[in-house]
Amino acid sequence: MDLEGLYQEIILDHYKHPRGKGELTSPLAEVHHVNPTCGDEITVQIATDPAGHLLVGYQGLGCSISQASASVMSELVNGNSIEVAETARAAFVDMMHAQGAGEPNEEILGDGIAFAGVAKYPARVKCALLPWMALRDAQIHANLAESEEG
Amino acid sequence: MPNLPALDVAAVRTQFPILDRSVRGRPLVYLDSGATSQKPLCVLDAERDYYLQSNAAVHRGAHALAEEATEAYESARVTIASFVGARAQDLVFTTNATAALNLAAYAFSNATALAARGHRVDPRFVIGEGDSIVVTEMEHHANLIPWQQVCEKTGATLRWIGLSDDGRLDLRNLDSIIDQTTKVVSLSHQSNILGTINPVAQIMEAAHSVNAIGVVDACQSIPHMPVDVHDLGADLIGWSGHKMLGPTGIGFLWGSTEILNAMTPFQTGGSMIETVTMERSTFATPPQRFEAGTQMVAQAIGTAAAVRYLESVGMVEIAAHEHALTAHALAGISQLPGVRVIGPTDTHMRGSAISFVVDGLHPHDVGQVMDAQGVAVRVGHHCAWPTCRRFSVPATTRISPYLYNTLDEIDAGLAAIAAAQEFFQVVN
Repeated sequence: MDLEGLYQEIILDHYKHPRGKGELTSPLAEVHHVNPTCGDEITVQIATDPAGHLLVGYQGLGCSISQASASVMSELVNGNSIEVAETARAAFVDMMHAQGAGEPNEEILGDGIAFAGVAKYPARVKCALLPWMALRDAQIHANLAESEEG
Repeated sequence: MPNLPALDVAAVRTQFPILDRSVRGRPLVYLDSGATSQKPLCVLDAERDYYLQSNAAVHRGAHALAEEATEAYESARVTIASFVGARAQDLVFTTNATAALNLAAYAFSNATALAARGHRVDPRFVIGEGDSIVVTEMEHHANLIPWQQVCEKTGATLRWIGLSDDGRLDLRNLDSIIDQTTKVVSLSHQSNILGTINPVAQIMEAAHSVNAIGVVDACQSIPHMPVDVHDLGADLIGWSGHKMLGPTGIGFLWGSTEILNAMTPFQTGGSMIETVTMERSTFATPPQRFEAGTQMVAQAIGTAAAVRYLESVGMVEIAAHEHALTAHALAGISQLPGVRVIGPTDTHMRGSAISFVVDGLHPHDVGQVMDAQGVAVRVGHHCAWPTCRRFSVPATTRISPYLYNTLDEIDAGLAAIAAAQEFFQVVN
């Protein structure tokens, strides 16, 4: 097996040096999600700035994949419009369900494309998706997203 | 380095063809028998022969196949019961160990509900506010949540025996935990996460001194050491087939004749009745009282074959073999900087399941790198989340060898842990 295909340098870098980790001062919503099979945990907070751009804060405990994914999520969402964040979220979820097929869009996903290899490991897909599922849930709680479709 | 004269591992391994396969381009090193064991050829053959020759529903039908199937099923009961020193009529087949423990727990909540409606039930199973149920902080969720639920339904209080830092039961305050309010004491014989072997007989004695019913989860002990149900001193003992070389889909609840007779049914329906009218029903004597619906015939026959195989190798020999593997693994882990065992660090009163954490690494990542080396281990909280909390770890990585593992495989496991540290550059 190609461990490097799973643990890209970018992923390990985000894991060791998480971007945007921390709490928001006045969040509109906060959710706590766990991956019950391995005990990964993440708390995601959401708010908007005066321009209507999303602000996201998170705290987490878990494996390199889940924590690096949270860091990448923060990069892709923080300070961006709801539409841009939603495009990134949808692209990330699609990539994780593609089982390694297709070419992820770096323009949309940035460092997130490093997770394409994770999609080949079914047991790890949930780890990578954990922060993004929490983000969606937080947006719904803050009335920043519709609850249909997931 | 001890060698292992009593058990011919090479001969054992010929009976488990799966152990010859490779994974991720490496020879498989299967160190996850605590989750489920591999199956020897004789178990597969027994199930196949049954389906090829005698398949029929048991305890009904007047035809030859039904007779043969019933005979094979009941004969399996005798074999499996004898394996643990029990009588066949005291052994209930369930779908798994979780079902066995739920059967025990529901005996309390069902009797309590029936008593509230004025039905006559054995008062030992009637429970309510002011009563307590005692478990331990090292229980598998299967021996924790059913009892939490009984408390939710009846108003009883859940208490637990805490753990010492080396992963043993803290029995200093046993007298105040198990007291006159206690109706049930339920604990594992051997922890699936810590590997600790508990002094079950002592705790069952404490339970009986206050007339509480004693329940034991023996999932991790019966496959690995000689166990006689009478030595444990329990009233009810649950375990599963698939961890002792048998198929999935079958578990067992042993109970003393007197206790089983006193218990209300768990699942109801076909085969567990005595008489049925449109208004009401009466129930069969145990074990049939607890075996509603079409039974797990092939699984019972498969487990009986597994038992014969275990007996042919010898449970004393298997326990000694695992003891040597455990000693080797514990010694090896102690030599790995940054790796810490969660649970007893010596082999005294300890089984072969060894959990550990690696500084700077999440167990999921450790397991992933080990898998890349062909080494299969369990990662996560092992269905014992409160135990992980007790030791302030989110999860652990666990190796759990069995009779078919070798010292070389333990070494491969140790090397794979070191490989994970190297890959993530957490040791210098």
